Amino acid sequence: MLEFFGTVSIDWMGKAKFFFSLSILLLAVGGISLFLHGGPLYGIDFRGGTLLYVRFVKEPSISVIRSSLAQGGFPQANIQRIGNLARPDIHEVVIGLDERELNEQHLDAGRIAIEDALHRSFPVPDPAKPDLNAATPAAIADTLLRRDPLGFGSSAADRYKAIAAVITNFRDSQRGGLLASVDELRDPLTASADVQQGRGGAAAVVGALRDAYTEGSFAIRNVEIVGPKVGAELRQQALLATLYALGGMLVYIAFRFEWIYGAAAVLAVFHDVLITLGLFSIFRFEISLTVIAALLTLVGYSMNDTIVIFDRVRENLRIMRREKLSEIVNKAINQTLSRTILTSGLTFLTVLVLFLLGGSSLRAFSFAMVVGIVVGTYSSFGIAAPMVVAWYRWRDQKGTVGAVASSRGR
Amino acid sequence: MQMNVRIRAILIALVILLCIYGLFGLPAFPTSLAKARSNFSDRIRLGLDLKGGTHLILQVQTEEAVKQYTDQTLDRLRKELNDSGIRFEDIREPDDQHINVVNLALDQAGRFQEIIRNNYQDWEMAPTPGQASGYTISLRAAAIAAIKTDTMQQSVDTIRRRIDELGLTEPVVSEYTRGQDEILVQLPGEGDPTRAKSIIQAGGQLELRLEVGSRTYTSPAEAYSSQPNGILPPNTELLPGREESTAGQGGKSSDVYYLVERYAPVTGRDLRSAKAVPSSDYPGFYEVSFTLSNAAAKRFGEFTEANIQRQMAIVLDHRVYTAPVIQSRIEDQGRITGRFDLPQANDLALVLRSGSLPASVKYLEERTIGPSLGADSIREGIQASIVSLAVVMLFMLVYYRLAGLNAVVALLLNLVILLAALAYFQAVLTLPGIAGVILTIGMGVDSNVLIFERIREELRNGKPNPSAVEVGFNRAFLTIIDTHVTTVVSAAFLFAFGTGPVRGFAVTLVIGLIANIFTAVYVSRTIFAWHLGRMSREAPLSI
Repeated sequence: MLEFFGTVSIDWMGKAKFFFSLSILLLAVGGISLFLHGGPLYGIDFRGGTLLYVRFVKEPSISVIRSSLAQGGFPQANIQRIGNLARPDIHEVVIGLDERELNEQHLDAGRIAIEDALHRSFPVPDPAKPDLNAATPAAIADTLLRRDPLGFGSSAADRYKAIAAVITNFRDSQRGGLLASVDELRDPLTASADVQQGRGGAAAVVGALRDAYTEGSFAIRNVEIVGPKVGAELRQQALLATLYALGGMLVYIAFRFEWIYGAAAVLAVFHDVLITLGLFSIFRFEISLTVIAALLTLVGYSMNDTIVIFDRVRENLRIMRREKLSEIVNKAINQTLSRTILTSGLTFLTVLVLFLLGGSSLRAFSFAMVVGIVVGTYSSFGIAAPMVVAWYRWRDQKGTVGAVASSRGR
Repeated sequence: MQMNVRIRAILIALVILLCIYGLFGLPAFPTSLAKARSNFSDRIRLGLDLKGGTHLILQVQTEEAVKQYTDQTLDRLRKELNDSGIRFEDIREPDDQHINVVNLALDQAGRFQEIIRNNYQDWEMAPTPGQASGYTISLRAAAIAAIKTDTMQQSVDTIRRRIDELGLTEPVVSEYTRGQDEILVQLPGEGDPTRAKSIIQAGGQLELRLEVGSRTYTSPAEAYSSQPNGILPPNTELLPGREESTAGQGGKSSDVYYLVERYAPVTGRDLRSAKAVPSSDYPGFYEVSFTLSNAAAKRFGEFTEANIQRQMAIVLDHRVYTAPVIQSRIEDQGRITGRFDLPQANDLALVLRSGSLPASVKYLEERTIGPSLGADSIREGIQASIVSLAVVMLFMLVYYRLAGLNAVVALLLNLVILLAALAYFQAVLTLPGIAGVILTIGMGVDSNVLIFERIREELRNGKPNPSAVEVGFNRAFLTIIDTHVTTVVSAAFLFAFGTGPVRGFAVTLVIGLIANIFTAVYVSRTIFAWHLGRMSREAPLSI
């Protein structure tokens, strides 16, 4: 058999002081960052505000956008380029307005102002015609139906609906929602069976589109507007959900083992969440609803890991009747080591793939998972186990008779 | 222990068939590959973040409905007290939930109490503190709650009717339990919510009222000063006219006020239908033509016959749109004229058809995901899933050899069951849901590792193959259950707390882990049993 780990015997509990210092260091670094930045960096879900993600055909001038927005009454807009190293041909910008600029009565006033400003700074070539990059499949089907460039006559409606779907699919899946020119549609249209059956082929359709539409130079990919009250509500609920989950875990583990095991496990998980939040602050990732989902999953995952070790400790307590608790725990960790490294490693690999390939929407989420898996695995033998050992050692030192026997628990 | 491998294999095959059917066989059995693929994409419901569309959270101002009820009660009470001959100085509404009767004649207090007890059971009566003979009735808490619930229900129904007319596929309109009086609206595929938002928010309250006198006023002050005693006649009110669009007239719009009766013989509830038609008064523009129900038509006919040559104000959301003269008896038809263009007239007709909103609506949250972003998310999510699956499968094969193949089969079956479960429950797959699938891959293989490591340990200790396998599965089972329970508990909290995308994550994670227990334990065991049955006792187990 291929084995990474044969029989191991590392003295984990002996290194407890080192683990403890390491944890203090990580917590301190994260804590300093949080303090310097005045708390965690909340995403729009928790803060409120307006966000528009806009993609441009050509690299836009940020100052032009900013002055146009100032003209529209929003001089404090936050405009950032979104870079994608792998795709330098994509020019995307995120425009944000603070929650303080939100008008409760007209929640979308900011969005409308931003859209107006963009239309002013990046006008379409022909204002009399609609924008091909903003057209819905239904609108395109309608336009083509009226012009009937392929001469379908009576059966036209369904065919043009299908052709419109080909056009919008190509635009949205292959071109990120933005066609630089109508000619880009020539190839996908030629491949369409409906186009092939008409007279004139792709050229006729392209000609009709060129006639009917103008090409805008930007497309709005995503809009998020969250009212201020919603944000505050969500923050509170997120906190409550996390606390309840931790409480539930505590009860479950105290029920399966002894209460000190439960407390140790919960403390370890708490430590994991804090370190993750600290790293979020250092690397400036935003905390959104999906990040909370990742944190809650971490809670479960870190518990897993801790339970596996505790399970083995309990099994060993039954068999090994003479050894000290710290040696029993060491043995348990060594016995489960290969399993722990393997599963954590595999899960770590999968979320690493997610972090690298999963796209920008999931990046903060997968960062939380990546960090959480590493820290969660570490905290099982670095925090939870030493805590249990230290607790029993402390109780023994207080002179309780038969301490070793009683520390063996159920 | 003899295990009947054949029965287990048949059971597993049945499960696989059920899954494949659930994914590709519904709604109609496919006759071609293309049909199968379209079945699959129909069966998996995609969330807004993958499909593109608009998500709105709005709040119904239910206090308005409470205030309206109090207003109506005040009118009713005043009339009833007057009709019963009970004397009082004044009747006022200090706030939304209380009515003060000032200086009630002392000898009639008993009758007053009886009237309140019998006819106003939603109200509690008490003497007004600080007044010698005043009484205050307060709206009971249960009544307030009932009004709010009814308002919410009616709002949801009305908004749903309006959205249904927009022709979107699978829109969602439901009460949003996380907030206070909040409604969730999801419009898949809607890239520009402006029209939908104005349709949702439109009051839609139509009333036909008689105009008092035949002149209009340019300001409320003018109206008051032109009345004897400077107050309006009883049962009348002053309503503003609709602002004419300046583009149409080419000049400044001026305010205009109408004096109309309070009583409305016909309201929006009496409408049978409404539609947009070309305008006869303003060529090139449109108007809304409506018909009344039979009962209302009769009532309206009598009303118009009795009021010929007077002006009938058509009031929409407390604004007078037009006030044509009643030329003759009108039974069932009416028009709302104004210089509408076709989309405006269509939207107005839509709003009238769906009924009026009982209270106004405020937007709390608005998200619009463009279809291109949705397509990108799907592509990236699928890419990440395939790569992570490949990485895990490769590792298992290299590290555990043939047993690794066992794990790979179990993992693939796990994913198939997961997708089929999503299809059967019509659960929504969101982008975090895809992340949940990837997590299931990582955590699912954990179970296999647990079992295989235990088997290796037993083999190392010298146990023969069959008992090593048996011990491995048995010992690991409890730990597998333990670890799955904790993650499922987390996911349960997530489901309770989260909204759409986060819920999608919780659902895929839970289903994936539950399916994992089946595949990693039952299916893997079956494969081992089958393999052990075919090999000789002494041959080493490939693990």
